[in-house]
Amino acid sequence: MAKKQLITVKVNGREREAAVEPRVLLVHFIRESLQLTGTHIGCDTSHCGACTVVLNGKTVKSCTMFAVQADGAEILTVEGLASSAGELHALQDGFKQEHGLQCGFCTPGMLMSSYALLHNNPHPSEEEIRRGISGNLCRCTGYQNIVGAVQYAAAKMAKAASEASVAEGVAK
Amino acid sequence: MIPPAFEYLRPKTIPEAITLLQQHGDDAKILSGGQSLIPMMKLRIARPGYLIDINRISGLSYIKEEAGFLRIGGLTREAELEASPLIRSKYPILIDTAHVIADPQVRNLATVAGNLAHGDPANDHPATMLALDAQVVATGSRGERVIPIEEFFLSLFSTALEPDEILTEIRIPLALPHSGGAYFKLERKVGDFATAAVAAQVTLDSSGSVQKVGIGLTNVGPTPIKVQKAENFLRGKKLDEANIRQVAQLAADDAQPSSDLRGPAEYKKGLIKELAKRALARAAERAGK
Repeated sequence: MAKKQLITVKVNGREREAAVEPRVLLVHFIRESLQLTGTHIGCDTSHCGACTVVLNGKTVKSCTMFAVQADGAEILTVEGLASSAGELHALQDGFKQEHGLQCGFCTPGMLMSSYALLHNNPHPSEEEIRRGISGNLCRCTGYQNIVGAVQYAAAKMAKAASEASVAEGVAK
Repeated sequence: MIPPAFEYLRPKTIPEAITLLQQHGDDAKILSGGQSLIPMMKLRIARPGYLIDINRISGLSYIKEEAGFLRIGGLTREAELEASPLIRSKYPILIDTAHVIADPQVRNLATVAGNLAHGDPANDHPATMLALDAQVVATGSRGERVIPIEEFFLSLFSTALEPDEILTEIRIPLALPHSGGAYFKLERKVGDFATAAVAAQVTLDSSGSVQKVGIGLTNVGPTPIKVQKAENFLRGKKLDEANIRQVAQLAADDAQPSSDLRGPAEYKKGLIKELAKRALARAAERAGK
């Protein structure tokens, strides 16, 4: 067995340190060492995207990266989307309102890809949404309601942002 | 699937990485984007004893025009290529290519250089680089050497890189006026390898005749294929419909596809013919702008 290496990562805002064998995949580290089981293992062959997490602002498939590679990184998993008070993220609300899931297995990965998409492009077209989630497979929904959920979230986030800027204007 | 055990090494400089490659020889692999290597390790197709992670080496990630070449650094990611305004405006064939490689998550990690160094004829950049007449810079214990891309792909998963060399830069001749290129790929679904694909790059002279041309084929042979007969035919001629049809036939003649789950060999030859027509027509359109 190869020697374990000490790594430090910031996951959902919290600093975590652990000794890992080099061959441990990031997804196993997240699920087993950190006990964050919201990130799913689907195909385990880099196709399905269920294991998608946001690493240093970019989506990656955590089944196709070693935990040692993430040393020093900031990671956001599905557990980090809702507020600490338990209020759902606009995307989670969107998936609920628009029926963006059925079995729910792909949902954590879908949420993380959608999160990165809206972060980079707050007003995506339908085509851009479909392209943004093209690395995530869903066998239930036919994708239509997932696209609807992302559109719902984009509209909700835009409204919140404009209200915030109005409130800021009033405060000035 | 958990890959077999290996020692993980993380050099901070290129010389350090080369020293590690010299120490561990054939038992070591460079870990760049890892998007081909890690799946192969899971399947035990690759079993390196040492992984040399070059991702923390600084200064290897860039896209710039300098001293006669477009230069792409050894660690430049596919997503960075896709997002580059320079590439978008002057080298659209590279956007075509990056766009159809795997999916967004994979492109966030996968590197352009890795797409070449992996030596997989099913990868997309090799055909495009053949069409563009690119060169790659290999850095090893004896310093740097420049390898023309035509001499780079030796056989399946085998390249001209020596065991102690790292692909540190890709050089593409600067885009000339009246030049254009395109990459057309048929894939069964997002993320799949090409059933077949064609890259075409042309430069037209003032009369509209083809001055320079490069055509590369993806996944229709043990290596990516540069179709020289087709290129020679087209040089000096107009890109009209009859010539495009003839070039497409010559390209299909040089393809060596095998029948597999993506289709029978004859079908793939037909596909090369059609994709070549489309790629050349788009290349001509872009060159005319």
